[in-house]
Formats: sequence, structure tokens, C-alpha cells
Amino acid sequence: MDFSLSADQREIQALTREFAQTEIEPHAAGWDREHRFPRELYPKLAALGLMGVCVPEEYGGAGADFLSYILVLEELSRADAGVGATVAVHTSACTLPILVFGTDEQRSRFVPPLARGEVLGAFALTEAEAGSDAGSLRTRAEPDRDGWTITGAKQWITNGAHAGTFLLFARTDPETADARGVTAFVLDAAHVRATREEEKLGLNSSSTVNILIEGAHVGRDRVLHEPKRGFAVAMGTLDGGRIGIAAQAVGIAQAAFDTARAYALERRQFGRRIADFQAVQWKLADMATEIEAARMLVYRAAWLRQEGRPHTGPGAQAKLLASEMARRQTAEAIQILGGYGYTKEFPVERYYRDAKITEIYEGTSEVQRLVIARSLLASAGRTLAAR
Amino acid sequence: MRIAVCVKQVPEGAAKRIDPATRRLDRAGEGALNAYDANAVEEALRLKESAGEGEVVLLTMGPARAADAIRKALAMGADRAILVTDDAAAGSDLLATSIALARALEREQPDLVLFGQQAADSDGAVLWGAVADRLRRPLISQVAELTLADGVVTGKRQSEFGYDVIRAPLPAVVAVSDSINEPRYPSLKGIMGAKKKPQETLTLADLGVESDRAGEAGSRTEVLALSEPPSRGESRRIDGDGAAPEAIIAFLAEKRLV
Repeated sequence: MDFSLSADQREIQALTREFAQTEIEPHAAGWDREHRFPRELYPKLAALGLMGVCVPEEYGGAGADFLSYILVLEELSRADAGVGATVAVHTSACTLPILVFGTDEQRSRFVPPLARGEVLGAFALTEAEAGSDAGSLRTRAEPDRDGWTITGAKQWITNGAHAGTFLLFARTDPETADARGVTAFVLDAAHVRATREEEKLGLNSSSTVNILIEGAHVGRDRVLHEPKRGFAVAMGTLDGGRIGIAAQAVGIAQAAFDTARAYALERRQFGRRIADFQAVQWKLADMATEIEAARMLVYRAAWLRQEGRPHTGPGAQAKLLASEMARRQTAEAIQILGGYGYTKEFPVERYYRDAKITEIYEGTSEVQRLVIARSLLASAGRTLAAR
Repeated sequence: MRIAVCVKQVPEGAAKRIDPATRRLDRAGEGALNAYDANAVEEALRLKESAGEGEVVLLTMGPARAADAIRKALAMGADRAILVTDDAAAGSDLLATSIALARALEREQPDLVLFGQQAADSDGAVLWGAVADRLRRPLISQVAELTLADGVVTGKRQSEFGYDVIRAPLPAVVAVSDSINEPRYPSLKGIMGAKKKPQETLTLADLGVESDRAGEAGSRTEVLALSEPPSRGESRRIDGDGAAPEAIIAFLAEKRLV
């Protein structure tokens, strides 16, 4: 067992940390306050290779491994969780599924512009009536002479107003009401119309919109994987995607810890630094311990994925633990800062608001528990059957 | 055109600790590329890019771990690296270090040798002078703007009262100021490609440096004692409550500074 990062992973982590702390973190409070999507940032991330970290070089990426990508998401989210969300959706939920499920032609056509950061990617699954029960979606695609005509409405689409490529899910079999009638498509910006920008509790530097697909005609070459196998694409995407969100949660919690620790060493009450009080020391000890525990689960899930081993259960465990830890420990950071923590003079209230979403998107904590339980019971079933 | 850049690995972050037993800098922690050297690497890359040809060679002396610092400079875009590492070189002062670096540079015969203005750990800011002297090459230091044309290097040297514009024929040695440029971030492709670039490791014997001219034996400086810097005395804090400007002016007047 070797817990050390490789030289490449360390360098990529150091580069991202330096860039994020210099070019992102100083702006994060302003972007949050103004609810501004920092469009100008993404060409800079692209120039460094951060929009296609784990995409092979032949498809325009940097060719690093999945754990390197996870380290990047952690460091970006430590500076600004909204930026982390934008990059996570772009990569985990759009670029990588096309790479995994696409034909050679689809990979060569769609992946390089995404990996080079020339276009942003989005993932369009959720609808008003189809959240955790994603299989009940109503957006429909009807066959026509040389392809499909797609009509429907999607909501909570991260990057939806800025994306050039959409991974979109629609029902192609009206007779089948569940997930088995769903197909995945690759769409361009021209096929969709962004409507309402969502107002959110946090993650304000990321953009979340509703989109309409109004009779968009697409060719057969835009079906990803096979017709009616869209749900396999969606679930495969979420298997890897939730590891990214878990890394985001760890990054947010780390930022909260950094602020709380620095504050505790500076703030004096009753003639002492508050870090000299055991009450504060114990909070910091718990924070650091839980952050490290979550980080280990996240790195392990990432490692399993890049080794090609089963990672559905471990990824869900990482996300469940990391997201609940982040919500709890960002709250503890506020507590250490006291009244100051509740104000916008310090970033911890933003970390708290940002952390909450990690318990909800890419599968709620309840869905993660469901996934974990299923993987536990399914493997138990197999073990019994094998006997 | 060949440009050599001398770089150093320094302890990461601001934390500098001197080991009271050895009176040497504690290098046990994580190391990083000396930030001032990143300016020299950046300038070398810009000169190469604007010339459209050439080679940027890194040179460092240090423990084997110093290869980590070189990796970052390779990731930024340098072409290859030379690491001088030898147990006998441990504890080398500026004088001893200058001998080893000069010997390595004589092998390479670069048209231009670049240094950062100083190392962030020892803050000597004289190594470039010693190396230039050993090579018998012209030296321009504290250069805030650098141009190369027709075998001549022109440097705009920052001074306390303005700039000196100095010209020197190549080959030459230049120490750049940290205001000369904004070093680029290494890209992920650069990082992934760095390990494939040639890295040569040399011993003192390879360079023909006699053992009595290296390490502690070859050093002519000796640390006699270590002490805490003197306290700066009582400080006074003036809060911005409206009357602050008057209070500051009164303070400066009292000290006869205005």
C-alpha cells in the first residue's frame, strides 16, 4: 500500500493550487456576491490544460490520470466551488462519457474541442418531474427520415447558458415509461435555448439554467451509445462524476479549515489566542481528521476507477461521507469564527452555502445510500450464489 | 543559441529554519524552485521563443532531491537539465558553489548564462558575480529589461535612482530582477512531458572539481554564531478614525522625517 502521490500528480496539484490561489481565490467573494459566471477564467484554465486533465493527448487532453483530475477539482473548489462545479460538469458529465461511450467518429468530432476548452460541456438529464427518479423523464425524441426530432424542457443545467456541447437524455420509446426507453444524445448550443437562470443558495459563480429543446433535428450520428441504452450512459457518468463532487466537498472543507485555523491563531479573547482553548483545539482536530478521512476515501475511489476496478459503491461512499462532512465542518468553521463567521467579511459563510449542494447534486445522500446498499447486497447475493 | 539558467531548490514557503547544530539551513522539509529563478527561466524561454530557435539548459547543484525543482522549470518549457550532486558538495558556500557551476558551464559553452536575483533561502545575491568572474565573462545584474541582438546583450539595470542601460558582448552572464517578467505557469502538458526531457546527473569528479575546492573543505566562509534579529522596538498603531492623517503627519514630524 502506497499513499504517496506520483511526481506528476504532485506537480499537477501544485500547479493548480498556485493558479487557483493566485487567479481564482481573490475573486471568489466578488463573483459570489455578484452571482457572476467568470467567463474570462476558462480560456486561462484551458491554456494550462485544466479543461481536459484526464483526457488522452490524442483527443486534445493533457493525458493525466483520473486521480490527477480529482486533485485538480479539489484545488479549484478550495478556491471557488463554483469554478469546481463548472469544470466537474464539463469534464465528468460531458467530455468523459463521450470518450467512454462514443464511436471513434464521435470522439474525434466532439472530444477535442471540449478537452482543449474551446467549448464548455453540459449534462442535461434532470427535469421538473425527473430528479432522483431520472428514468421518468419526459423530453422525447421522435424518429424522422434521417435522425431524430427532440422536444422537451430540462432544468438545473449547469453551464447550460455557456455550453457548446450538451449530453442530453430523451425518451425515444414512448411505450416504455421507465429508464429503459431513454436514449443519450450529443447536442450543440444551436439545438437548445437557455431560458431562466436559477437563483441558488450558493455556488454563485457557476451558472444553472433551464433549457428548452424545441423540435431540434439531429442526425443518427448524435446518438451516444445505443438507442434505449441512455440510462447506462447516465449511470456510468454518475459513477465517475460523484467522485468529482466528493473531491469538491473535500476542497471546500479544506478551505474552511484553513480559514478557521488561521483565525484561531490570530483571534484573542480572555487574553489568549482562541487556538489556546481546548474547545477550539478539539474542533480543529475533528475537522482535520474528518477532512483527511474523506480525502482518503475520495482518492481511493479515484484510484479504483483509473485502475478499471469496480468503483460504484466506493464512489458513492466517498461522496456520501465527503459531502456530509463538508456541510458539518464548514458549519464548525463558522462557529470558530463566531459572529465574524456569519458575516461576508470572511469566506466561511460562503463555504457553508457551497458545501450544501454537494449533498444534493450528482445524486442526493439518500440516493448514495441506496447505491451503497445495492452494491453491498448485490455482492452478498453473488457470494451466496457462488457457494 | 544556447541559454543556461542556473536554478536552486529552496525550502518551500516562507519558513526558514537554521539548524543550530550544523549552522546550516534546515532542508528537511519540502523543497521548491527558488521563485526568483522562475524569472530567469521565463526570460530564457522568451528569448528562445522570440529568436525562434535555441536551447534552454538548466543547471543546478544540490542534493538528489533538487531534481524536483528542476522538474518545474522543465515543465515551464526548458529543454534539458544538468544536476550536479555529490555528497562532497554538501555545505558548499558561495565560493565553492561558484567553482562547480563555472566548471559545468565551461562544458556547456552557453551564449548566455541567466541567474535569478538571489536565492530565497540564503539571500546571498552574489553567486552570479562569482560565476561570471570565474568564467571571465561580462556581467550585468539586476536586469529589468533584456534584449539580444547581433551578439550583444543589452540590459536595463534597476538602480536606486533610475536605470542604467548596459551593453555587453556575448557570451555573458546576466542576473535578472524579479520585476523583469511574470513567470508562466507550467501547463499540464509541460508537466507530463518534463520527465521525458534529458536530465544529466554529474558528480564533482565529472567536472574535475578537486575535493578540497568543494563542500566545507572548499568553503571560505564560516558561520561563527547565530542570533535572533534585534527587536524593532515599540511600535505604534494609528487607526483610521478620521484623525489618522494628522496623527501620521505629527508622528513623522516628531521623527523629523518630514
